[in-house]
Amino acid sequence: MKTIRIGTGAGFSGDRIEPAVDLAAKGNLDYLVFECLAERTIALAQQAKMHDPNAGFDPLLERRMRAVLPICREKGVRVISNMGAANPVAAAKHTIKIARELGLSGLRVAAVQGDNVLDVLSPDAFVIDEANCTLGEFKKEVISANAYLGAGGIVDALKAGADVVLTGRAADPAMFLAPQIFEFGWQMDDWTRLGRGTLVGHLLECGGQVTGGYFADPGLKDVPDLANLGFPIAEVDEDGNAVITKLPGTGGFVNAATCKEQLLYEVHDPKRYIQPDVIADFSAVQITEVGPDRVAVSNGDGLPKTGSLKVSIGYIDSCVGEGQISYAGPGAVERGQLALDILLQRIEQIGIACDEVRGELIGVNSIFKDVAASDCAPSEVRVRFVVRTRDLQTAARIGEEVESLYLNGPAGGGGVTKSTREIVAIVSGLLPEDRLATRFEMMEA
Amino acid sequence: MQLRDIAHSRTGDKGNISNVSVIAYRPEDWPVLLEQVTAERVRDHFGSLIEGDVVRYELPQIGALNFVMYEALGGGVTRSLALDPHGKCLSSRLLTLPIDVQR
Repeated sequence: MKTIRIGTGAGFSGDRIEPAVDLAAKGNLDYLVFECLAERTIALAQQAKMHDPNAGFDPLLERRMRAVLPICREKGVRVISNMGAANPVAAAKHTIKIARELGLSGLRVAAVQGDNVLDVLSPDAFVIDEANCTLGEFKKEVISANAYLGAGGIVDALKAGADVVLTGRAADPAMFLAPQIFEFGWQMDDWTRLGRGTLVGHLLECGGQVTGGYFADPGLKDVPDLANLGFPIAEVDEDGNAVITKLPGTGGFVNAATCKEQLLYEVHDPKRYIQPDVIADFSAVQITEVGPDRVAVSNGDGLPKTGSLKVSIGYIDSCVGEGQISYAGPGAVERGQLALDILLQRIEQIGIACDEVRGELIGVNSIFKDVAASDCAPSEVRVRFVVRTRDLQTAARIGEEVESLYLNGPAGGGGVTKSTREIVAIVSGLLPEDRLATRFEMMEA
Repeated sequence: MQLRDIAHSRTGDKGNISNVSVIAYRPEDWPVLLEQVTAERVRDHFGSLIEGDVVRYELPQIGALNFVMYEALGGGVTRSLALDPHGKCLSSRLLTLPIDVQR
């Protein structure tokens, strides 16, 4: 039975590059997939593209491509990535430029397009789930709208001979599902195999999170050589059953426990993991250790797709001002609390227009509020005071007030930091898939 | 005994919804999870951290529960003012749930 080997080159936009190079060189891979797009990255990238039509793709594309392209060319590994972000065509052009500089003549790079639906959405018909209103009724400045594409566009690009496929917004598992559809000739209504291929993608899409990353809890869950954590490989057969493994000699491990944690990561109803190409059913998945760092994953299933695509809308939401200051030693908690009380009083007195205020003590209640209160007094606390405002100027006043605590607050405050930021937030809705067309553009170095 | 002694956990986020898995280290502890780690107890244990409902899903073949917690992330990851907007730390809170196991 035919099998293919798919490796993960990145599980998020800022992921480490060295393990990807390692996989490209020694993984005997057929495909190396880089998942680099967080929920709001594409909205920020869209803003960059508005200022510069050649911008809007992943800033790490340059380093990643330079590091892996020569090796992938030599070993015959095809690369798939959503590093195209808001501008897959510019990303592909830049990749071609890098390939030429590296002497990789003839390298074929495809840019998959169609996810940008800002001009496609109907203001009257498109409903924003979180806001419970139509796009037309949404009172915020919308800057991007991207549909989560399925595997189709990537499969077409692979069929056309692409060595590198760059997408914008695509469902993360779809980037891993696409090479399976292409290599095994799966039909797009073979729901069981599409479900299994999605399962493989889901297990791989967060990179090190299935090989021992995000897992260690010393004394309970010890992970060997976490500093040299290796990225995962899936050996998939034509029925979509797989073994998850990693390179020998790399840190971390692959075992049933790491695979179970990743199986349920960001999953709601395990019977209905809704994807563009299929509703994957993880509810009866079997996870079996079959050797050192080798875990067999089987019995995934699938149901017919919904016919709708999730669309992420990026919009300018608000501004945020934040300041922090530390107190330590005896009475640190009381002095920190006094500082918070003063800050609240002062922003009210000076009339700062704020939509939301959050004051907390890091080390006491910043994560679990007062739900997990402890009787032990921490030896140090950090005041965190954060306020949502309508403009950056007002937001800046928050940090200034925290800084003023040096001379005008409790004793012994130190280490002030302050910041402001504009919040680009995301809401979502559903779009019938026949409202958009996926296509690709091929370029050759 | 705490849940941490018999199970491990990971949190995931989507918008304003958090999901937390609870996975038994040993198959023989699965019935304990099923009986004692109920949606109601989980909801109570998170208290004011969760504003919406908690729904439990069961995966007996791998000894795992999955809790989906609504209105759990301060309005959503991308606009929350929280220090941990993804709610990544929520699994560590759930693992402190008291468990009664006779050994």
